[in-house]
Amino acid sequence: MTFSEATRARFAREVAKFPADQKQSAVMACLAIVQQEHGWISAEAEEGVAAYLGMAPIAVREVTTFYNMYNQRPVGKWKLNVCTNLPCQLRDGQQALEHLCRKLGVEDGGTTADGLFTVQKCECLGACADAPVMLVNDRQMVSIMSKDRIDDLVETLQRQAK
Amino acid sequence: MSTLDLSKFQSRGVETCFHGRHIRPQIYAGLDGRNWRLKDYEARGGYQALRKVLSAAGGMTPEAVIAEVKGSGLRGRGGAGFPTGLKWSFMPKGSHIQKYMVCNSDEGEPGTCKDRDILAYNPHIVIEGMIIAAYAVGATVGYNYIHGEIFEIYDRFEEALEEARAAGYLGQKILGADLNFELHAFHGFGAYICGEETGLLESIEGKKGQPRYKPPFPASYGLYGKPTTINNTETFAAVPWIISHGGQAYLECGKPNNGGTKIFSMVGDVQLPGNYEVPMGTPFATLLQLAGGVNGGRKLKAVIPGGSSSPVLPATLMMDCTMDYDSIAKAGSMLGSGAVIVMDETRCMVKSLLRLAYFYTHESCGQCTPCREGTGWLWRLVNRIEHGQGRAEDLDLLDNVAENIMGRTICALGDAAAMPVRGMLKHYRDEFVHHVEHKSCVVPVYV
Repeated sequence: MTFSEATRARFAREVAKFPADQKQSAVMACLAIVQQEHGWISAEAEEGVAAYLGMAPIAVREVTTFYNMYNQRPVGKWKLNVCTNLPCQLRDGQQALEHLCRKLGVEDGGTTADGLFTVQKCECLGACADAPVMLVNDRQMVSIMSKDRIDDLVETLQRQAK
Repeated sequence: MSTLDLSKFQSRGVETCFHGRHIRPQIYAGLDGRNWRLKDYEARGGYQALRKVLSAAGGMTPEAVIAEVKGSGLRGRGGAGFPTGLKWSFMPKGSHIQKYMVCNSDEGEPGTCKDRDILAYNPHIVIEGMIIAAYAVGATVGYNYIHGEIFEIYDRFEEALEEARAAGYLGQKILGADLNFELHAFHGFGAYICGEETGLLESIEGKKGQPRYKPPFPASYGLYGKPTTINNTETFAAVPWIISHGGQAYLECGKPNNGGTKIFSMVGDVQLPGNYEVPMGTPFATLLQLAGGVNGGRKLKAVIPGGSSSPVLPATLMMDCTMDYDSIAKAGSMLGSGAVIVMDETRCMVKSLLRLAYFYTHESCGQCTPCREGTGWLWRLVNRIEHGQGRAEDLDLLDNVAENIMGRTICALGDAAAMPVRGMLKHYRDEFVHHVEHKSCVVPVYV
């Protein structure tokens, strides 16, 4: 995969944070940028990042597969991660996940038929006092997600997709 | 890029940070959510500690800074509680080698959300703390490793860094003194194990976050193999106050061997979940009261006092504790990261442990066999007990597996997975026995 000028500029900004002989340190940031722009990390994207950073493609694959948030296959337009870890579970995190799945007609980990939503349960988001908490497309966190607020969020995202 | 406006769903910090129910706060003092920028921080007296250290007329030597921090009794706020000044003193002296300063903001210990609020609402206090630390140990480059799940806060920290660079607090010849320090933000992307300091270093190096053997400790072999100091966000955030007011004053606002204030994340079954900054040694009962008491006026059953890895304590023991390293340790648990997971009388301990056991098996990095295999084994055992398929011998087996993980892994995740199991069996064995014998729960409903 070749990257646009704008994407390469974003990569370069990350690489500049590290010593000249440590470009590999930027791999997590570069993969997160690819995911933001393409929705997931394909093998071609891994090869592209590997070439950019001077790494072996397998070393990039090791990173993609080790960290939970990299999408190793395409996901819906909106990926919704719901924390169900114990502090969230005590404040209805599990119900939030089940409500969302029921509303969208998907199982945990599934994507809606229209390709709009992927729902995944996840581990601690580090926002336990705001439980139930969810993450929208890796980069935006939403808090205190009661059933009403989940319904509202889904409608907001559906409107945005139109 | 995303122009999606989700602001109405997002945390504003009112519930968790600006609720006015702290006791003599230092890190969260005077915050309102809008005043996180450099000019606001300076108006609150920010960067005065750094100016004091670097003052041309009688500033502080690096040794004096370390001595002050040692005298403050500051202990690592990430979970281990290691004396900060002592950790800094392990760094090799001299400027002939590259040294690094790393902040661990990979806050993923279930229950903990204090560092998020520090970085969101007072990022410059961390930057100032890191600059002072860098001066003390002679580090010229630093990284703040931020939990990937709080990406908006990572973006904000980047903004705060830009402000600090523009104002001459970062870069070459800081404030005209002989001090060079570059600081960068780094984000994780979903791996609990990277909260372990050497896993974090591997991650910054662009690898899987699998912890390293210790020794060698990061002070001798850290980032890129160079001497490195790693401290938690809240630890760095405590440093400016210590320098401004003196280590003795910091020590006196806590209790002996437990200096300063500590931020506790009160989560689970409390009326007002949030972060509460209080002096070390504050009674747990007071902290619970600040958080509005147990949710719905129900009875307190148990507390996991220091993040999910710390052993559970029953209400009776917990109500006698003060919130400091020594008191919680004496009760048989640990202060850990300061995440206080409160559970009321309706909670089933088997179901609670099941969720934690799943977490540890999910997040084991797979490097050490006892942890990789043992955490899954623990989870399967608790799972069958919870679902009415437990056998009488399973309780001893749980104990046995947990015991055989502890102390047999490279990093502390193995212990972290085993300790909650042993804590639950120590205090709530009868609930597990009931599950096995009656295929049902002792508490009526746990939704």
